[in-house]
Amino acid sequence: MARKIRVLIAKPGLDGHDRGAKVVARALRDAGMEVIYTGLHQSPEQIVQTALQEDVDAIGLSSLSGAHDVLFPRVMELVKKNRMKVLVTAGGIIPEEDIPALKKCGIAAVFGPGTPIDDIVKFHKERLSQKG
Amino acid sequence: MNYTALAKSIFRGDRKAAARLISIVEDEEEGYEDAMKLVFSGTKGAGVLGVTGPPGVGKSTLVFELAKRYRKNGKSVGIVAVDPTSPLTGGAILGDRIRMTDLAGDQGVFIRSMGTRGGTGGLSLQASNTIRILDAMGCEEIIVETVGAGQTQVDIMGLADTVVVVTMPGTGDEVQSIKAGLLEIADIYVVNKMDLPGAMSTAADLKSMLNLVDDWKGWKPPVLLASANSGRGIDELTGSIGGHRSRMLDPVVSMERRSKQARKEIFDIITGQIMHSIASNIQADELDAIVREVVEKKTNPYDAARKISIAASRTGKPPKAL
Repeated sequence: MARKIRVLIAKPGLDGHDRGAKVVARALRDAGMEVIYTGLHQSPEQIVQTALQEDVDAIGLSSLSGAHDVLFPRVMELVKKNRMKVLVTAGGIIPEEDIPALKKCGIAAVFGPGTPIDDIVKFHKERLSQKG
Repeated sequence: MNYTALAKSIFRGDRKAAARLISIVEDEEEGYEDAMKLVFSGTKGAGVLGVTGPPGVGKSTLVFELAKRYRKNGKSVGIVAVDPTSPLTGGAILGDRIRMTDLAGDQGVFIRSMGTRGGTGGLSLQASNTIRILDAMGCEEIIVETVGAGQTQVDIMGLADTVVVVTMPGTGDEVQSIKAGLLEIADIYVVNKMDLPGAMSTAADLKSMLNLVDDWKGWKPPVLLASANSGRGIDELTGSIGGHRSRMLDPVVSMERRSKQARKEIFDIITGQIMHSIASNIQADELDAIVREVVEKKTNPYDAARKISIAASRTGKPPKAL
């Protein structure tokens, strides 16, 4: 049986907007991936524990509330602490000037508003096709 | 992959190792059976509770409430939550966790979401192996939640010690579907969303249906009312689950149930091996040609199946040894 790509779509912090996260989840599903959605209001600790239990290949972090510069690096810190091999991307409302710092802490890509959905699917397929 | 080391880590309670092996088993990676042989010998005998019922009746919320009760009693809990895999793309949205977010940070809880991946009985084909891995890792209580189940999705009886069938009021058709399909497999019925109108009559319907059976051989399934969302009726449910479990301590009853389950699993493995040997011994175009002959009515499905069986065994290669 072919290896199946598993992705966690996560909503850290108090932000309650998850339309975008659900659209991305649906697109990845249609690309043949298994997508686990955390639901709203997750702490970085909860997200990383979920990723560990679900043995996902990728985590997609979505935030539209402006707390990304605190929450996303904390997720990365915990990913490293648990020595997890996982691709982490981000989406939502992320100001241009915040992106370099996020990339520096290990976020592989930031998908802002207007990103074609196919780009997100393609990015995950390319980066995860040699899973293992 | 060093499966012996992986299995040893799991026996030590390593959650990451357990998560990894579940993926290996789900993907049916080369040699996963060897890993499962090791895990099989290391299981400690966790209690396995199955929760099934039609879509939207509140299974996930009920599982969450039960897990909280187990945690309060100091038990470590494993949850296996199955959602449907798309038959078209192979993708899946696994969303049962959304109802269990409060458990996500608890180190005494391990939740694993699974797509059905071709399983047609309401479960993933690898659900039983996933239960064993969680058991070997040290989960004392394991809850398995099926997909929203219809009449024939009764695989849960093949792996649970106790099966809870959940339904809700106001859906007469739902009761009909339970009558036809899930009646034989429920050890406990729960009418969830008891605050909705019609809950009492739904429960009464179920009870009168159960009264038609003369001899329940020591365990007549109780019909309970609950509101998982507000936590009502959960204590009564845990009480009934405990009652059914002590009944399962009877060696005769337990042997009968476990023998049925083991028999089914063994035959499922044999079926899998036959399918595997067909796939590895027949070229896709050869198979396509036989299928086309049936469509064009040049042959019938029975002769076609015979042709394929013969072709599958012609190399003399035995099915992959387990």
